[in-house]
Amino acid sequence: MSSFDPKIVAFCCEQSGVPAAEMAKHLNLSLPERLELVPVPCSGRIETLHLLKALEGGADGVVVFACHEENCRYLKGNVRLKGRVEYARRILAKIGLQQERLEIFRLATNSGVKFAEFLAQKADQLGQLGPNPGKKE
Amino acid sequence: MIKAEQKPIEEILEYLAPHDHILLSGCGACVTVCHAGGEKEVALLASALRMARQSAGRPLEILEVTPARQCEPEFAQELTDTIGRVQAVLSLSCGVGVQTLTRHFPVTPIYPGVNTAFLGETVEHGLWAERCQACGNCILEKTAGVCPIARCAKQLLNGPCGGSSNGKCEIKRETDCAWQLIYDRSKSLGQLHRLTEIIPAKQWGTQSRDSGPRSIAREDLKV
Repeated sequence: MSSFDPKIVAFCCEQSGVPAAEMAKHLNLSLPERLELVPVPCSGRIETLHLLKALEGGADGVVVFACHEENCRYLKGNVRLKGRVEYARRILAKIGLQQERLEIFRLATNSGVKFAEFLAQKADQLGQLGPNPGKKE
Repeated sequence: MIKAEQKPIEEILEYLAPHDHILLSGCGACVTVCHAGGEKEVALLASALRMARQSAGRPLEILEVTPARQCEPEFAQELTDTIGRVQAVLSLSCGVGVQTLTRHFPVTPIYPGVNTAFLGETVEHGLWAERCQACGNCILEKTAGVCPIARCAKQLLNGPCGGSSNGKCEIKRETDCAWQLIYDRSKSLGQLHRLTEIIPAKQWGTQSRDSGPRSIAREDLKV
């Protein structure tokens, strides 16, 4: 474990990530200290700019909790998200930031345990990477 | 419309290296449509550049603006105060817009943030293809509305070359042969007989870029 406590911004689709987060809280599962949840009506609402702005604005890592592929209420929202996250990760690589700072995690409404486990792993990974050097001071 | 694509960020960072305070200017016309230099792309690139420079320990201050059309003098002049407050401008407009700013702001460096690629059509979301080379003498009425100058690798004017195979071009196998398209459309229009007319060689030296930069003057519009 690292002594660094990373700030994580987690965009959560209201069809999967939000109920999973609520379940994790209901079960009193441990969540990272500096976690900011951002509910969105569909992961397809998230633009590439939102992902970069979260990192620029102070996040050490950004996670998007989205529905499984072919399971989008709005048909292709999570497919659009995939392209945008890949594009944002390519930008991160070009500007010298680690791509691990941005990731999609696909889950279902009843995945509260997976939600908490993934965030714990991510917090540990970001702790190893250290603070995001691109964020505003 | 004009199609363009963003330059590699590494290249942009290189020429912004001497500066700490810049204006990032997009354009609300063609480059917005092809997602290379509109308001969204300005915000995205600005964020990436700020993070890159922050990581390097040399923060970069960026003002963001997206005039409706950067290639029009009225819109360029509106940027006068803003450009007066920065060291340089990074323009995401096409090469025309960059040069409009160059003409209006003689002492401010104006850098291109996109590569202007071609005059093209949106084939589908995320895919653009060249359709016109602005040759200066349109012959689309003779070729069933398909341009052999822009769409034939050899710019042939009177039928396909020997490399046309199964409707595809020998230079790029994934590209449709322009003359196959011309033949098919002439047939569907019932105008195959028009293909027997010989199209004379183009006057490249007098009508095209070969004789230097072109201009159009309309005396009735001048004030």
